[in-house]
Order: sequence, then C-alpha cells, then structure tokens
Amino acid sequence: MTALRRLSAEAVALVLATVIFLVPFALMLLTAVKDQTQAVDLDFAWPTSWPVVENFMAVIEARDYVLLRAYVNSTIITVAAVTLLVVFASMAAFVLQRRPGKVARLADFLVLSGLIIPPAVVPTIWLLQALGLFKTLPGMILAEVAFHLSFAMLLFRAFVAAIPRELDEAAQIDGCTGFRLFFRVIFPLLRPVTITVVLVSSVNIFNDFVNPLYLLPGDENATVQVTLYNFQSQYNTQWNLLFMDIVLITIPPLLLFVFFNRKIVAGMTAGAIKG
Amino acid sequence: MVTEQAGLRTEPGRAGARRHARRARYRSAYPFTLYLPAAVVFLVIFLVPTAMAFYFALTRWTLFDSTFVGLDNFRDFLAEQNLRIGFANTIVYAVVTSGLKVVLGLLLGVLLTSRLRLRGFLRSVVFFPTLVSTVAVGITFSMLLKPQTGLVNQALALVGVDGRDWLGDATTALLSVALVDVWKGVGLATVIYIAGIMSIPQEYHQAVAVDGGGAWHRFRHITLPLSWPATYSVIILSFIGGLRSFDLIWTMTRGGPGFTSDTIASIIYKQYQAGFFGLSTAGNVLLFLIVTAIAVPLNHYLGKRQVAA
Repeated sequence: MTALRRLSAEAVALVLATVIFLVPFALMLLTAVKDQTQAVDLDFAWPTSWPVVENFMAVIEARDYVLLRAYVNSTIITVAAVTLLVVFASMAAFVLQRRPGKVARLADFLVLSGLIIPPAVVPTIWLLQALGLFKTLPGMILAEVAFHLSFAMLLFRAFVAAIPRELDEAAQIDGCTGFRLFFRVIFPLLRPVTITVVLVSSVNIFNDFVNPLYLLPGDENATVQVTLYNFQSQYNTQWNLLFMDIVLITIPPLLLFVFFNRKIVAGMTAGAIKG
Repeated sequence: MVTEQAGLRTEPGRAGARRHARRARYRSAYPFTLYLPAAVVFLVIFLVPTAMAFYFALTRWTLFDSTFVGLDNFRDFLAEQNLRIGFANTIVYAVVTSGLKVVLGLLLGVLLTSRLRLRGFLRSVVFFPTLVSTVAVGITFSMLLKPQTGLVNQALALVGVDGRDWLGDATTALLSVALVDVWKGVGLATVIYIAGIMSIPQEYHQAVAVDGGGAWHRFRHITLPLSWPATYSVIILSFIGGLRSFDLIWTMTRGGPGFTSDTIASIIYKQYQAGFFGLSTAGNVLLFLIVTAIAVPLNHYLGKRQVAA
C-alpha cells in the first residue's frame, strides 16, 4: 500500500515537473524544425516536413551572417572575461582571507557593495568612451569582469578558508611567498571552485543581454543575445527561424550543463549557503 | 646569514629581531599586490561610474557636456504618473518573485532531498531553465501566452477555463512576467535549499523519529528552522534580482500595455534610448537608493536571525 502510494506520488511529481519545465523546451525544438506554415500553429504536431538544414542556413545567413559574427564576439567576450575573472578574483580572495586588517575590511565592504549596487550603466558608457573603450570588445570584457568580480570572490573566499594555513607555512619554509605561494601552491588547490566559477560566470556572461545592449551597440559588435532580441521583430511571422535561432544559441550553455551538471550544482551550493 | 647577524646582538634584541623577521616574512607572504588587478578593474569600471552617477543625475547631460540642473531630474522622475507606476511595479515584482521562489524552492528542495527514485533527473529538470538565456525564455513564453494560439490558453480551454491575453491585459501583464521569472529562477533557489537541507545533521531527524514525530513535525521543527541560512540567501538573491529586473520584462512586454508593466530598470532604458541621459541616470540613482535601503536592513535583520537560529 505504501509502496503504491509512493509510486503514484513519484509519478505525479515526474509528470508535473516534465510538463512545467520541459514542455517549453520541447516546443522550441519542434518549432525550430518545422516549415513556416506549420510553425505558425505553435503546437506539438509532428513536423510534416523537416527543413532543418534550410532553417539553419536561413538563420545563419540572415542580415549578412550577423549570427556568426555574434557567435565569435560572444565567445571572445566570454572566454576573455572568465579568464581574467578567475585570475583576479582568486588572487584577491586569497589575500582577503589570509591577511585580515583594515584593507581586508575595506575589500570586504566593496565585495558586498558590488553584490548589491546596480551598475550605473549610462555613466559607464561615459567612462568607457573617455577611455576609448566604448563599443569595443576589450571595454565589454572589462565591464563583465567588474560586474562579476564580487560573486566570484565570494565563492573563492569561502573555499580558501577551507585550505589550512599550515600549508602556506610549509611552503614559506621552503622559501615560497607571495605570487609564487599563490600560483604554485594555492591556485592548483582551488580547482573545484575554479570550475564552478568558470561554469557559472561563463553561462551568465554568454547569456548577458542588458550590458551588451548598453555598452556594445551596433551590428559589427553584436552578441548572440542582442542578435536574438533583434531577430524577434524581424521574424515576427517566421517562428521556425526564430526558434531555430533560440536553439542555436542555447547549445553552448546546454553542453556545459550536460557535461558539468553535478559540478555546477555542487560548487554553487558550497559557496551559496555560506553567502 | 640572517642568524649569524642576529647572533651578534644581545639576548632580548635577538628574540625581538627574530619575531620581527617572522612577522615580516608572514606579511610578505600575502602581499597586497594580489589585490591590485581586481581593485583597478572594480574601481575604474564600477566605482567611478557609480560615484559619477550622483553628479550626472543632477545635470542635463548629452554624454559630451552637461548642465547642472539641481534636483530637476528627480522632480520630473517623481512627478510623472507613469514613473510612479514603475516604482510600485518594481516593488510588487520583487516581492512576488522572491516570495514564490522561497516557497516553491523550499517545497522542491524538501521533495528532491527525500528518497525519490527520480531525484537526480528531477533536480536536473528543475535547474535546467536557469541556464537558458532570459531573452530566449522571454520569447518562448510570449508565444506560449498568446491569447488565441498560445498553448497555455489552449490547455485552459481543455479544462473549460477561458484564458485571456495574459501579456496584453493591463491587470495581468506584470504578474505573468513575474511568474515566468519564477519559472526560470526557482531552480537556483531549489539548489540552494537542497544544499541547506543536506547540511542538516542526520541525528536531528533520528531524534524526532525516536520521539515519535511524523513527517510534518520533522519539517516544522527541524527542516524549516535549520534551513534558515538557505532562506536568507534565496531572499537576498531573488529580492535584489527582482528589483533590478529588466531583460525579461523588456523582451516580453517592453513595459506595456501602456506603462502598466514598466519597472525602474525599463524606465531607465527608455529614458536612455530617448537621449535623456541625466534623467536616466537619476532613475539609476533612485534604484540604487531603493536597493540599498532595502538590502542593508534586510541583510542586517536576516543576518541576526541567522545567528539566533
């Protein structure tokens, strides 16, 4: 009896979760492979024809291959920003945890304010323009680093706290201090949390829409999210192409998810509850 | 060599020198220069614009030159009816999304830490939407919520309920977007709760079992109070996120119909688009003040309760 009840409870949970969380994705995929007339219905009918390649090519060729350019830009921004983010945040989090005092208190305060304060976007444009970095990839990269630093430092700091100080002392006796201590001894130990930071922030930066919208206008600098946003009005009636675009730009985060699912969740929780 | 030099000194001096040397070595092991790259980027790209925002909010500004106009921008911002709706909407949106994320996240967290056979699969399914871009989610749900062709209304029709134009109707637009936000964000809340619940020591559950308490008792007296740190994280994260929310609202309704689903962030963008940079920045300063006024006491209050729990 209890076994039966448990089984039915599990079945209900499964069906509910599938309907609520997976149906939208099924719709995306199905619509992306239909032809234009059938896509208008936006239903779960099985595709009568499979113009997958045609849809794919149409989306790629749209607006003079803007999607390819956007892909390249988004990839450059994501890879560069995440690399800088990991190096800068882990170094800072290391001193912050190991060397308490006035400077650390100030740094702590700044990390907290970075988490809370909404970035002042228009003054950021003004600043980047003054530095000659407005509408450039380096400017966008630095902005993403600045906006994601606090969160990365929080995760790194919680992890550094778990590395025993005796290890630092042992390394110091062997004559290893400062940068060498950090990069030779500590940084390799941070691997699990580094993986989390890389995954979480690359998904966030790749999916970022607001900052590129403000800081990186113009077709030659398009990122995938802004491109998708612009396609929304262009493909008002061609939903198969709109959804093909959605599917294409969801693939990179999806791949990360499939391969690193457990690690994302594990590392995220390690930092989050200490928040 | 160091020891030889120290050997020439008198007894107390030698000890002092050694202590000094140890402290110096200890300090130099963790040089402040490790802060430098992070500090420079944060200072230049984040803090300078934030500080300048307080000045530019008081000017009529074209990015190239600015005229000081005092508090005019704030007066204009607060005087307009639409903007007042925007403020109210922002608060409603943040309260609704963070409230639902706490409740649903906790329920899903309890469910997905129980001895469910499909636990792993369900955890992935719930977490999955957090990885899809907000723009993609917004577009997909705009399609699902269409009045005639949308799947939501077709499904409602099957059970005999008349759906409406969820995003086109002034009374439901904001709440519809808020629900989509919950759909997308509840996975993160759930993961935080799963971690919080799993860190509760097993002994407590065993103690309740020994005392003959049931599942409800266990939830009420063990899980709920001891997952407080998780609740705290979820509230802070989703409340601040809700106050700043822009991309979902912008892709789904663009603040419409009329101005009924405008939030502070979408107003800031509209003013920016229209070329009113000073006004836009004034909106940002107000958003900053609101977030701080809410986040700091909340952080303080919740932090205190966390110690108590």
